[in-house]
Amino acid sequence: MRLTSLLLATALAGAALTSPSAAKMFSPERFTLDNGMDVVVVTNRRAPVVSHWVWYRVGSADSPQGKSGLPHFVEHLMFKGTDNREPGEFSRLVARNGGTENAMTSADFTAYFQNIARDRLGLVMEMEADRMAHLRLTDDLVLPERDVVLEERRSVVDNNPSARLAEQMSAALYLNHPYGDPVIGWFHEMETYDRADAEAFYDAWYAPNNAVLIVVGDIDAEEVRPLAEATYGKIPARDVRTRERLKEPPAAVARRIVLEDPQVRQPSLSRAYLAPSQRLAGWEKAHALDLFAEVLGSGSTSRLYRELVVERALASNAGAFYRGTALDDTSFRVYATPRQGVSLAELEAALDEVLAEALRDGLTDDEVERAKRRMQAEAVYAQDSLSGAARIIGSALTTGLTIDDVEQWPERIGLLTTDQVNQAARDVLLPERSVTGWLQTPPQEGETG
Amino acid sequence: MRTILMGALVSGALLLAAAPATAAANVERVVSDLGIEAYLLHEPSVPLIAMSFAFKGGTQFETAEQAGLAQMTAALLDEGAGELDSLAFRTALEDNAIQLSFNADRDAFVGDLRTLTVNKELAFDLTRLALTEVRFDAEPIERVRAQVMAVINRRSTDPGTVARETFFATAFPDHSYGVSDRGSLATVAALGRDDLVGFVDRQLTRDKLRIGVAGDITADELATVLDDVFGDLPAEGPTSGAEPVTPVLGSTVVVSQPVPQSVVMFGQGGVSRTDPDYYAAHVANYILGGGGFQSRLLKEIREKRGLAYSAYSYLLPTDLSPLWTGGVATNNEDVAESVRLIRQEVARLAAGDVTEDDLEGARTFLTGSFPLRLTSNAQVAGMLRGMAVLGLDVDYLERRNTLIDAVTLEDVKRVTRELLDPDDLLVVVVGDPQGLDG
Repeated sequence: MRLTSLLLATALAGAALTSPSAAKMFSPERFTLDNGMDVVVVTNRRAPVVSHWVWYRVGSADSPQGKSGLPHFVEHLMFKGTDNREPGEFSRLVARNGGTENAMTSADFTAYFQNIARDRLGLVMEMEADRMAHLRLTDDLVLPERDVVLEERRSVVDNNPSARLAEQMSAALYLNHPYGDPVIGWFHEMETYDRADAEAFYDAWYAPNNAVLIVVGDIDAEEVRPLAEATYGKIPARDVRTRERLKEPPAAVARRIVLEDPQVRQPSLSRAYLAPSQRLAGWEKAHALDLFAEVLGSGSTSRLYRELVVERALASNAGAFYRGTALDDTSFRVYATPRQGVSLAELEAALDEVLAEALRDGLTDDEVERAKRRMQAEAVYAQDSLSGAARIIGSALTTGLTIDDVEQWPERIGLLTTDQVNQAARDVLLPERSVTGWLQTPPQEGETG
Repeated sequence: MRTILMGALVSGALLLAAAPATAAANVERVVSDLGIEAYLLHEPSVPLIAMSFAFKGGTQFETAEQAGLAQMTAALLDEGAGELDSLAFRTALEDNAIQLSFNADRDAFVGDLRTLTVNKELAFDLTRLALTEVRFDAEPIERVRAQVMAVINRRSTDPGTVARETFFATAFPDHSYGVSDRGSLATVAALGRDDLVGFVDRQLTRDKLRIGVAGDITADELATVLDDVFGDLPAEGPTSGAEPVTPVLGSTVVVSQPVPQSVVMFGQGGVSRTDPDYYAAHVANYILGGGGFQSRLLKEIREKRGLAYSAYSYLLPTDLSPLWTGGVATNNEDVAESVRLIRQEVARLAAGDVTEDDLEGARTFLTGSFPLRLTSNAQVAGMLRGMAVLGLDVDYLERRNTLIDAVTLEDVKRVTRELLDPDDLLVVVVGDPQGLDG
């Protein structure tokens, strides 16, 4: 079958090839244990395996004063053994049962997972519950691991100029809120971690009533419940403080940062605007910003790409993104890489023209409708993954959102009007809310900077 | 609670072997009217289709002056075709959420397609257009050239990239494997439309094509699709003529860079993916550095001494010169100690220091975790394409774990003795390493 004629009609007229819009995302089952631990189960029976996750409602923005990155360090130490299990035994048993595992820390959450055959779920739940309540640390274990996270910082930040610029931009964007500190921590504070720091943090935050259990795979809630009650359910609830971070003052002035390093052979620019999270602003404003970012800067038909990369040939790449799943004020980002011979100043001026036009005249109905279809299709792709559901649900539930916020996402995207999309962007993309970062090589002798 | 645990463990070891059969049992070999073959897993639970296809060759079809040509061609195939210019083609893809991309490596030119079932006819037709009616308009050529050059610039001081490219340049001084598959600023600047057209003529022929498909499509439907999408390609074309090559090893190369942490790549000869000893080497690699926290490298370098965040090894079974490589990143003051530990662990394995417990740990992980690699349509399509490239039978997914289980301690010792020699390692260090013996 040849479809070129149909295709041309589609491409030129923008005729809709439908994608399912009202479909739910994952249709999860949920319940709560007596000790307050939330449980979510997503059934996906295509392979006899499960993805088992525990998410804690604590992240790097909850670090104690002077100990930035401590939550990530504690995440590493959670692999070090308990009152019941030798150091390394947890990982050895996961591997010996054909499982894979890892953990991750963000500004707002800390999450642990194992992917494993479905008949091993009871084993990993028992072990994960054990380290929720019975972590046992010694200096012999803690101090070498401190060296490990320092090496991790060198790998992901210090060896990489663009990562160093990103770190400095966040520090400049947040005048007061701890999102300004890197998730991995500042080097000079990481060097001071000790066993007492880790134990105090663990005691304060690791409790069943501060955690969410998510199981995705060849299983349902009826099967998970008795396992959860026999493991996590045995751990008593404890008082866990409410997360209250320092608030940002009103945005007052645009900031600029230039990182010059001889290692930089390819200049680039990026800008971050302080933007509300979905928890703070509600789904309408958050999804409006999602749609604005999609039209402005996602993919090669976006405004930034068409204008800067294709038509004016000033950039080799350009785009924008926004992520609303955060407990507190997050950011809307734009970025561009100049082509050879184009200065960052020239590129930034052109980028500002594209932004100004999009804000002044607004996106068109056609652009917004096409963006909606693309984003709703993502909901289908998200179902083709074992861990995707767990990641989306877990990051929502640890940033003040609900299962409904996840499930209704495709439908809600469809409900927004073009006016809502444009207004949300006009409220956020203001110079005084922004930090602009340039990455460049130091000027040579005789060049003007 | 420990009793629950022990029960699970004991019964567990017996159940592992049965686990992967569910999905694997249903793989079909589909042959079209024109004789085009594909491996298919029909999996209708999510309304989408993934197709992964490879043309053997890749950068082997470049001359040294054309370095970067295969990847530049890959970046341009979805930038306009037939009557559709770049904007029209990209709009058709993006507005319908069709994910079509191409890439090239040392051995193959690979295409990956994902589409919602509702958009499948358009998705397959766009793929046909991209493969058979390329345009190579001037604007996308210059744009993609600028993008490739930006990436070359950016990575030219990235320690990991420099380590990898130095490793291959040192190991393969007079062979296409020694040339960066991204090319250099000079070669990419010189590539023209004729080079691109010539590459497509040599590379995109049906005799080199291998296909894997997974998702919401039946065998009958796929048979028709195969002819629609690939039927217009020439049935045959030239081979690359690239010859097998023996790597030049046994040296330590330091590339000075003012960074706080040195990045290391090391390696020596490996084993071909079709060699009967491949599975023994796979097991041995798990023990050395493929097994995360269970591997000797991570235990010695990270767990015991805190010298690195990551330390690993992997088999790189390229067609013309299989390798066994790995890496570590350690601050400049201590990197010599990490390199010493790598040599120590390679020497231990080469000397046959492997136990039944090591072997059992590797086998239970490698067999038990296999189903985890088959949980999405994109993963399965990629796996099936890999099977087709290697000429593995349609029942390979069912047999694969018995091949792992058949590896004996003697097999592992024979393979490590033959392949590993701590004095013959090629070690590349990028950074400002202190106290390293050159």
